[in-house]
Amino acid sequence: MLNSGDMAFMMICAMLVFFMTPGLALFYGGMVRRKNVINTLMSVVFCCGLATILWFLFGFSVAFAPDAGGLGFIGDFSHAFFNGISATEAGDYAEGIPGALFAIFQLMFCIITPAILVGALSGRMRFKAMFIFVAAWLTLVYFPLAHMVWGEGGLILNLGAVDFAGGNVIHISSGVSGLVACLFLGSRKGYGIRSYHPHNIPLFLIGGAILWVGWFAFNGGSALAADGLAVQAIVNSMLSSAAAMMSWMAIESLLYKKTTLMGAVTGAIIGLVAITPGAGFVPFWSAPVIGILVSPICFFFMTKVKLHFGYDDALDAFGCHGIGGIWGGIATGLFAQTSINPVAQWNGLFFGDTKLFTAQLLAIIITIVYAVVVTSVIMFVLKKVMAIRVDTESEDVGLDIGEHSEQAYAAFSGIDQ
Amino acid sequence: MKQIEAIIRPEKLEPLKEAFHAANVNGMNVRQVLGCGNQHGWVAHNRGTTVMINMMSKIEIKIVVADNQVEKICALIIDVVRTGEMGDGKIFIKPVDDCIRIRTGERGDIAL
Repeated sequence: MLNSGDMAFMMICAMLVFFMTPGLALFYGGMVRRKNVINTLMSVVFCCGLATILWFLFGFSVAFAPDAGGLGFIGDFSHAFFNGISATEAGDYAEGIPGALFAIFQLMFCIITPAILVGALSGRMRFKAMFIFVAAWLTLVYFPLAHMVWGEGGLILNLGAVDFAGGNVIHISSGVSGLVACLFLGSRKGYGIRSYHPHNIPLFLIGGAILWVGWFAFNGGSALAADGLAVQAIVNSMLSSAAAMMSWMAIESLLYKKTTLMGAVTGAIIGLVAITPGAGFVPFWSAPVIGILVSPICFFFMTKVKLHFGYDDALDAFGCHGIGGIWGGIATGLFAQTSINPVAQWNGLFFGDTKLFTAQLLAIIITIVYAVVVTSVIMFVLKKVMAIRVDTESEDVGLDIGEHSEQAYAAFSGIDQ
Repeated sequence: MKQIEAIIRPEKLEPLKEAFHAANVNGMNVRQVLGCGNQHGWVAHNRGTTVMINMMSKIEIKIVVADNQVEKICALIIDVVRTGEMGDGKIFIKPVDDCIRIRTGERGDIAL
């Protein structure tokens, strides 16, 4: 039975989640040097076009059509070209909204996932190679993973693991794949010797603010209805992000005696990452706990672990989304309550049930293994058939001119520090 | 005492700073300039319209050194910033009358 309240809510949510991708572009763009701004913005923004076309052609079908072959990996092609998807009748996944609205809402998640990933590859990848990589990654990693977690008959869904708004599919998969891809790509020139100063922190805040607002639609909309569950998710999201912001600021005050704007905003964003899988499953009191703990965990990975192993995860796609997503998945297994959302078959470990917790761990491991293996194969093949890095001169001059012949701030002079 | 004024490619600033540091050349002033010479700019596309950008972004570096240092430092600059393509820039060498270190009042080469 279609419900106009649900439909209105979900249409607005779809738009807000869509806006997160251009927001993410600004968020990333502020962090890079001025010579690479256009390339960084473009790497995120082009996903809006490419992912939509792939989603329409076959992506939605692979993710959400009935299971093909019974293994739980991919859906069949019965919904290719949005075949059988109606704007006036409910689909298989939500009663209150039309199938087409569900498809377009899910598309927004498909757009932002590769957009998060490319943050790890910023500043040295050829745009042509990035285009092909994103197309291949969506086809071989995102669509199957979305089917495994959310699709009818999906492998991870059948384990009994839960993922409210995409901790596995979006954050763990993009973060881990970003790490693998950046290892294949190699570090930026001078990495480890030179520091790369962010060129525009206010731009970073504008992007962060758009992400923050959009995230309420991201998590709230994942209830697929304007109901109590959406309220639960929105409240949890705010509580977790606020707590994570506070704990990041506390870490900085303890270590450096000063707090930074970049740190505070980063804290808020990873708080949102961490609550994503559990937003519609965990009680209010646990949301700040999840948020408080995510900052030290991510801080440790973004400063100590990255430095120790020397991988150039340029904009911390792995440090924020990979690690924050893994913690979020574990935290869902700790704090989920069936009384909040009966989709969870068992309570979390904190309430004495072990089944959900082990299912969550298994789901995280399957996601990581799948993302690592398939991304490695894509990057390996890509490296064999084409040059994936820009040449040294182009990297020195900057990818804006080298790859796009565009300058971000043609009228203003300035030097990258 | 001479002032060495070098116009170089922006991307060569970092390597030059490192080379100066290694050669123990410690003082310099840097500014960003726009200019043109034999290098005729690059082509940009603004929403389908092709435009020529002919004022190129360059870096101007000024250092003042003792007379006997001039050749050595010019050779160092050329070695680091030269690519062999048009647009590598120029070096101007100018005489300087005197130099005063404001903090101590010292004058001449010792104040450099």
